[in-house]
Amino acid sequence: MAQQVYFEDVNEGDEIPSLKKNCSTQQLVLWAAGSGDFYQIHYDKDFAQGTGLPGIIVHGALKHAFLGQLLHDWIAPAGEIRRFGCSYRGMDYPNQDILCRGVVKRKYEDGGRRLVELDVWTENPDGKKTSPGTATVALPSRG
Amino acid sequence: MTTQQSVITDEMRAAVGVEGPPTTLEVEKTNCRMFARAVGHTDPIFYDEQAAKARGYRSIVAPPGFLGTPIFRPGGAAGVPGETGGQRFSIPYKRVLNGGTEYEYFPENDVICAGDTITARSKIAGFEETTGSLGPMLITRRETTYTNQHGKVVAKMYGTVIQY
Repeated sequence: MAQQVYFEDVNEGDEIPSLKKNCSTQQLVLWAAGSGDFYQIHYDKDFAQGTGLPGIIVHGALKHAFLGQLLHDWIAPAGEIRRFGCSYRGMDYPNQDILCRGVVKRKYEDGGRRLVELDVWTENPDGKKTSPGTATVALPSRG
Repeated sequence: MTTQQSVITDEMRAAVGVEGPPTTLEVEKTNCRMFARAVGHTDPIFYDEQAAKARGYRSIVAPPGFLGTPIFRPGGAAGVPGETGGQRFSIPYKRVLNGGTEYEYFPENDVICAGDTITARSKIAGFEETTGSLGPMLITRRETTYTNQHGKVVAKMYGTVIQY
């Protein structure tokens, strides 16, 4: 984990450190157990192809959780995730890179909190945003 | 765009805003670790109780996106509350997609940690109909509120389910 990032260090337009993921099917099975989502399109190739998919696909909620890690790793230990969400716009597959990225959209103070709004997303090897979303984090001040 | 006949029934309209029965979720150390491991988290506060306490938390911290595990009952309803679960209505669309997930946290009330018992209450926030690349679709927005054992709201989830 990097050093603490402070509110004063952040500027609108900054890109935060990216996080690269690449899921094995084993990781998808771990996620099935960890999340309680046992839909077979995420670990049974025959089942997935039977529904018309090209193969096993990565859980949307896992990509959402990856964005949670992207944010956590950026703001830990003293920052707080206030809100994070994404839409599921494109499929990702096992053994392919999923790059998690974020850009600062706005920083402001509200009720004593120092807040940073970001665009966050996962992108596939073609650079397509498969899970675009937004997030708000609170950061500590140097003051 | 062609005009489609609405699939939203009076029964569905009446269900908007009505809270379903509460679901109990347990936040346990092992489940926090399992979730964190599945994501690939490296921060020890998600694995090691001493490390979490040293950082000021009551116990192992629930990783982002983890709000506890529903209590499993043989023969009971499965599924995670609010995600794609909840009441199903009779509509002509057969296929279901998880459209998106958003979590809002209230750490000023309490940070979710191992040992917590969470009560989730879910309601339909609204229905929308649209036509996209997949054809006509129904979008159901669902809102779930998570309250801990001290009566404090610790999170809300806004989920979108697409049927087409």
